[in-house]
Amino acid sequence: MSQQEIEVILARHLAEYLAMPIFLVNPNGDLIFYNEPAEAILGSRYNETGMMPASEWSTVFHPVDSEGRPIPPEELPLVIALTQRCPAHKILGIRGLDGVMREIEVTAFPLIGQADRFLGGIAIF
Amino acid sequence: MKVTFWGTRGSLASPGVDTSRYGGNTSCVAVEGSEGTMIILDAGTGIRNLGRSLPPDLKRVHILLTHLHMDHIQGLPFFAPLRRRGVEVHLWGPASTTLSLNARLQKYLSPPLFPVSVRELSADLHFHELPAQLIEIGEFLINAQLIIHPNPTIGYRIQCAGAAVTYLPDHEPALGERTFPHEKEWTSGYALAEGADLLIHDSQFTEEEYQSRVGFGHSSIRQAFQFAELTNVKHFAPFHYDPTHSDDELDRMFEEMMAELHPSYEMTPSREGLSLEVAC
Repeated sequence: MSQQEIEVILARHLAEYLAMPIFLVNPNGDLIFYNEPAEAILGSRYNETGMMPASEWSTVFHPVDSEGRPIPPEELPLVIALTQRCPAHKILGIRGLDGVMREIEVTAFPLIGQADRFLGGIAIF
Repeated sequence: MKVTFWGTRGSLASPGVDTSRYGGNTSCVAVEGSEGTMIILDAGTGIRNLGRSLPPDLKRVHILLTHLHMDHIQGLPFFAPLRRRGVEVHLWGPASTTLSLNARLQKYLSPPLFPVSVRELSADLHFHELPAQLIEIGEFLINAQLIIHPNPTIGYRIQCAGAAVTYLPDHEPALGERTFPHEKEWTSGYALAEGADLLIHDSQFTEEEYQSRVGFGHSSIRQAFQFAELTNVKHFAPFHYDPTHSDDELDRMFEEMMAELHPSYEMTPSREGLSLEVAC
């Protein structure tokens, strides 16, 4: 069985203890964890959602800008963090899996380990 | 593979009548392969006696450091081959984003902490920074990965002729876990230890001690036994004993764990001078 990188394990532990919503993805962009505060905003428990490819999470929450226009995946902060390996920030609206629209302010950054190992990305909102 | 323990103690060398059976020297383990290659795991105070046992015509030796805490490097300048011209010494250890491995070791191996500096050692020194995907040393194939312990720390899985030895002397896989053991995928060190023929693992604390030392980077003896079960190893050698634990206390702790947990693997407490043959 494969094992998550140690920095990713530590990031998940940190997320589990923090009160801020946190969304964690692997280098492919696959969702690998979000914490309880994020569950309240995304409208579903992580145990129910499970791992989700980037193509799914980038659209399933129907992200929109302040005028209600859909935001393409490549403009989402976490996708920018993954593809450009730099922090990104945006205010957007999402529809949770419970059907409720919410406005969130997202800051995303890439996870880069020792020896320049790219480990994925984190979004805090 | 032949695995010999030269130092089994954690944190601080602790010689004395109460620790004479398991030993008072800090972490150092030698692994000899089927074709005669030797690698040394950590350079605690145990490495001094190991160095004295090596043949004078030794040409090359590899020392794999898990991390640079003092109990894992204190014996380094007392390792006799480092003072011999013509000996090639390869030092492997964790990388840093700011200083080379050589520069970090020089913090200890230089005045005022130590009178002799690295450049005054006669051996031909080579530094290698980790983690790397796989290292090949003689007949050994070695996987080096980061594990949970304060400051970057490497764990090693050493494979030779189909057998695997995993060395995780300072390791706190239970850190941040509300229950332990947890999912394998999310357990530090799992990939290194899975199915190993011999697991050498941190067994520093009692359960009670661990509660007040969470985050120190070590395991309770119970957690170490549980980690060995989770990873489905064949043989488990507790290691890195707390300097305050006497031989008699360690005996009692191991007996209690064996009686309570009924592990599926063979358990042999590491002790100075013990050699274990690991066959596939």
